[in-house]
Amino acid sequence: MRNVGIIMRRELASYFATPLAYVFIVIFLFLANVFTFYLGHLYESGQADLYPFFTFHPWLYLFLIPAISMKLWSEERKSGSIELLMTQPVELSEAVLGKFLAAWIFTALAVALTFPLWITVNYLGHPDNGAILTAYLGSIMLAGGFLAIGSCMSALTRNQVVAFILAVVACFMFLLAGFPLVLDVFRSWAPQPLIDAVASLSFLTHFESIQKGVIDLRDLLYFAMLIAFFLLATAIALELRKAD
Amino acid sequence: MIKTEQLTKRYDSLTAVDDVSFHVGPGEVLGFLGPNGAGKTTTMRMLAGFVTPTSGRASICGHDVESEPLKAKAALGYLPEGAPLYGEMTVRRFLEFIADLRSLTGARRSQRLGHVIEHLQLGGVLDQTIETLSKGFRRRVGLAQAIMHDPPVLILDEPTDGLDPNQKHEVRTLINDMARDKIIVISTHILEEVDAVCTRAIIISRGRIVADDTPTGLAARSRYHNAVSMQLEQPAQLAEARAAVAALAAVAEVEVSERDARLTALPRAGATILPAVSELAVRAGLKLKELHLESGRLDEVFRTITA
Repeated sequence: MRNVGIIMRRELASYFATPLAYVFIVIFLFLANVFTFYLGHLYESGQADLYPFFTFHPWLYLFLIPAISMKLWSEERKSGSIELLMTQPVELSEAVLGKFLAAWIFTALAVALTFPLWITVNYLGHPDNGAILTAYLGSIMLAGGFLAIGSCMSALTRNQVVAFILAVVACFMFLLAGFPLVLDVFRSWAPQPLIDAVASLSFLTHFESIQKGVIDLRDLLYFAMLIAFFLLATAIALELRKAD
Repeated sequence: MIKTEQLTKRYDSLTAVDDVSFHVGPGEVLGFLGPNGAGKTTTMRMLAGFVTPTSGRASICGHDVESEPLKAKAALGYLPEGAPLYGEMTVRRFLEFIADLRSLTGARRSQRLGHVIEHLQLGGVLDQTIETLSKGFRRRVGLAQAIMHDPPVLILDEPTDGLDPNQKHEVRTLINDMARDKIIVISTHILEEVDAVCTRAIIISRGRIVADDTPTGLAARSRYHNAVSMQLEQPAQLAEARAAVAALAAVAEVEVSERDARLTALPRAGATILPAVSELAVRAGLKLKELHLESGRLDEVFRTITA
């Protein structure tokens, strides 16, 4: 597992070696604030909490996270560096985990840089800081879920644009799994338990309570299992297609 | 020691590598030859643990590449085809990354880093990003990566492909330097390379081994083996010379090149014709610019075997 750290550090450094990291952070912070103030009406609501901020995170992530995850494996396959990496004495699982963690830490950093908002609401009133912290945790778990899906999509293709689109579509399905748009597809033929199962996979349902500051272990477990599942799928996809 | 037994790789309907078995021992530099698409890269990728064989086995220093992949990889230094690297990293960072993955620590780590940097003359470009380097330097970084942990076995897939003659010479010198205490396999489709570095050559065609011999042994299969080639000063004498040489009993065939007034006499199987031909040249009063005995033409053998 020592290699996880080595691969993670290399990966993280590579984000900052190109403009990608800076561009991403600036756009993320800009959009997060636009959503919070113009769509969420943080000021007008007259309440010192960050609900208007967190409520837009799933939609912000829908397009920004695939932009991070698309390069995870597609780029390695396209440039051939995957052959270099996989012929070092490294387990595939270590590489999958190391690269995922790097992307996750990077996203967490971008999220953490929204701290001026948190200072702002503390200046304006007396928010429930425990609830805000919980919501931050939930948001980062949500980002992890998106990233794991994106990692898997990136492992499926050598083309980063294709990886981006696949990830957006897959994440969108997971976001809306509890809504008629997705459920209607299943309603016509699937038995009720399956429909319920699909509905229970919805990101929004699980994120809903966390963003209000309520930690339910089941919600955390949901995201943890989702991440584990898609990382496993990433490893399987790579095992089958790495040399193609 | 590299060992493969009936190594086979099939992709859907295509058999890329078909029943390939060979051993390579210490001190050997094996040249892996074959036309493009013959299965060289796939074979090497199976040895390096990057492609899983459909059937058959391969082992590096006694470690099976499938059941003990990490041990096999630890004993192996591998340069993938085209030497892919992480372009955005500096040479220094990249080599440190490889040293870490190879579990080198402390004094040994700095000693090995120092060694590969000096050996491959990377000192001047350490703080450049890899994508800004010339092709020759990138190849050297790829080689540095392969020998970082001083492995007993080196597998280099087309190490000189795309390099200029000076760079090719450098890489060959490097390989020759390392040949004494390592097992080296290089793939190439450049035949002069075989003479320059290899002690043994395997020719592979359509996934199968079609020849396994020393470079000299391969050259001896050529119909030009022991042929005599001479260049005349006066092209006018060409026709006369041709008739005279063709009349010799041991000469099977005579080839003439008008362009450089050259005449090549091919011997009958096993025959030695050099004394007879040179004697004839003197007797017939042919003015020669040059006369030499050919050891055989590898490119001709290559074409004959793989066509």
